[in-house]
Amino acid sequence: MKYGYYSGCCLNSTCKDFDVSIRSVFRILGVEVEEIKNWVCCGSSAVHVAPRYLSVALPLDSMAKAQKQGLDEVLVPCAACYARFKTGLHDINADGGLKREVEQALKHTFTDKLRIISPLELLSAAETVDKIRKSRKTDLSGLKVVCYYGCYLSRVPDHFEDTEFPQSMDRLMDAAGAQLVDWGSRTDCCGGSLSVTRTDIARKLSNDILSAAKKAGAEAVVVSCPFCHMNLDARQGDIEAAYGIKYDMPVYYFSQVIGAALGAPEKDLMLNMHFVNPKRVVEKAGTYGH
Amino acid sequence: MSEVETLAKNETRTGPSRPALDINPPEGARLAAAVKLAANTDVNACFQCRKCTSGCPVAYAMDYTPAQIMHAIRLGLKDLVLSSSTIWLCAACETCVARCPQGVDIVKAMDALRGMCLSEGYKPKEPEVAAFYKYSLNSIQVFGRLYELGVMGRLKLATREFRKDWRLGLGLFKRGKLKVIPDFGSVGEMRRMEFRVVRRKV
Repeated sequence: MKYGYYSGCCLNSTCKDFDVSIRSVFRILGVEVEEIKNWVCCGSSAVHVAPRYLSVALPLDSMAKAQKQGLDEVLVPCAACYARFKTGLHDINADGGLKREVEQALKHTFTDKLRIISPLELLSAAETVDKIRKSRKTDLSGLKVVCYYGCYLSRVPDHFEDTEFPQSMDRLMDAAGAQLVDWGSRTDCCGGSLSVTRTDIARKLSNDILSAAKKAGAEAVVVSCPFCHMNLDARQGDIEAAYGIKYDMPVYYFSQVIGAALGAPEKDLMLNMHFVNPKRVVEKAGTYGH
Repeated sequence: MSEVETLAKNETRTGPSRPALDINPPEGARLAAAVKLAANTDVNACFQCRKCTSGCPVAYAMDYTPAQIMHAIRLGLKDLVLSSSTIWLCAACETCVARCPQGVDIVKAMDALRGMCLSEGYKPKEPEVAAFYKYSLNSIQVFGRLYELGVMGRLKLATREFRKDWRLGLGLFKRGKLKVIPDFGSVGEMRRMEFRVVRRKV
């Protein structure tokens, strides 16, 4: 079966590595995806000043386009976009008046078949996990990781994860052959969009997460959200300078680790796009690059 | 003379004198009702357990905690609520919403309060945050997608902090992660949608 695919703004600019690596994982695992044509931005954090109608109509516009394209099940890799879609869909189902208003504006009637799926939900299903475990090509057993879920995956309406103890990424990292490290900050907030405006707050929150990961004994953090990646990876130098601590902690998208385990071509993993050099750990971990 | 004051005055005439109770004046009910209308969540359900505040990662930087803001809404302290830094510093991480035993959607309430702050002419306590949200929304309105460099440029012009984050920007650019030319793939897709955004200079 074919899934719809919503890449979103971030995956086309600041985190191309996530987009390319997850498509590569889909290709290897035989998941067929089709991009939604003329998609628009989900609204991201900007809709936090918009009226309720707009904060729902913006994300659902792309979902209306998906349904018109005949795609009822849409994969959304970016955790922030995923949250907006889930919230929007939940809101129109809870409020008939809002639903009518949105449907009129978008000139589309939503059917019950529409499903918004996080790739983590799809890939962490038992059969897929087994498939990844069996078709592993690279040994990552030396790689000690903590899985960092952040805010959006487990706290949106109709979530598939436990709110306080999500596990999908841990199951996948285990299947990919990495060493899991348990820790207490898996659903903490990295500061998200405050990174641009109140950098001090984002720095403090991200520093708490990085130091928790280091204390737990992890050598790398695995994430699924572009905002988390930006704050933990691109800002890591900033954080190190501000707090006088050296972390040198690579931050991977979960798709990059699965891709490495499944032997995806190096150009698809785009590890050279990170700020903190991630290759060192992967090379130490196994046979990657040989 | 307000209804409460009239009642109090009549009371002194007929019975023993006591001050008028001003716990929940009509104005208070109005603010909570406005939040309910805009956010579809009932702040009056809050019973001040402060779980929201205990879990809030940004509470340390706010002038009023989320629980205090919820209570202030119920008391109708509009000026306090709309001039607080809390409504702008909320990172929308939803920890409070997930844990609230009364099912109050605090994040949606904060969204509604931000909108009220701008549309009723209050000065945002965190002007930079307000400007960032507005420029982002504007970018979506024009391009249908977010044009990060454009938003950052406008923010820099507004705040005059040109040196902030230049290293991060350069790093992103070197890695090909910064889109220099905006994405025109969905220009014009936004025409159907009503962008009811307040165009007030922050």
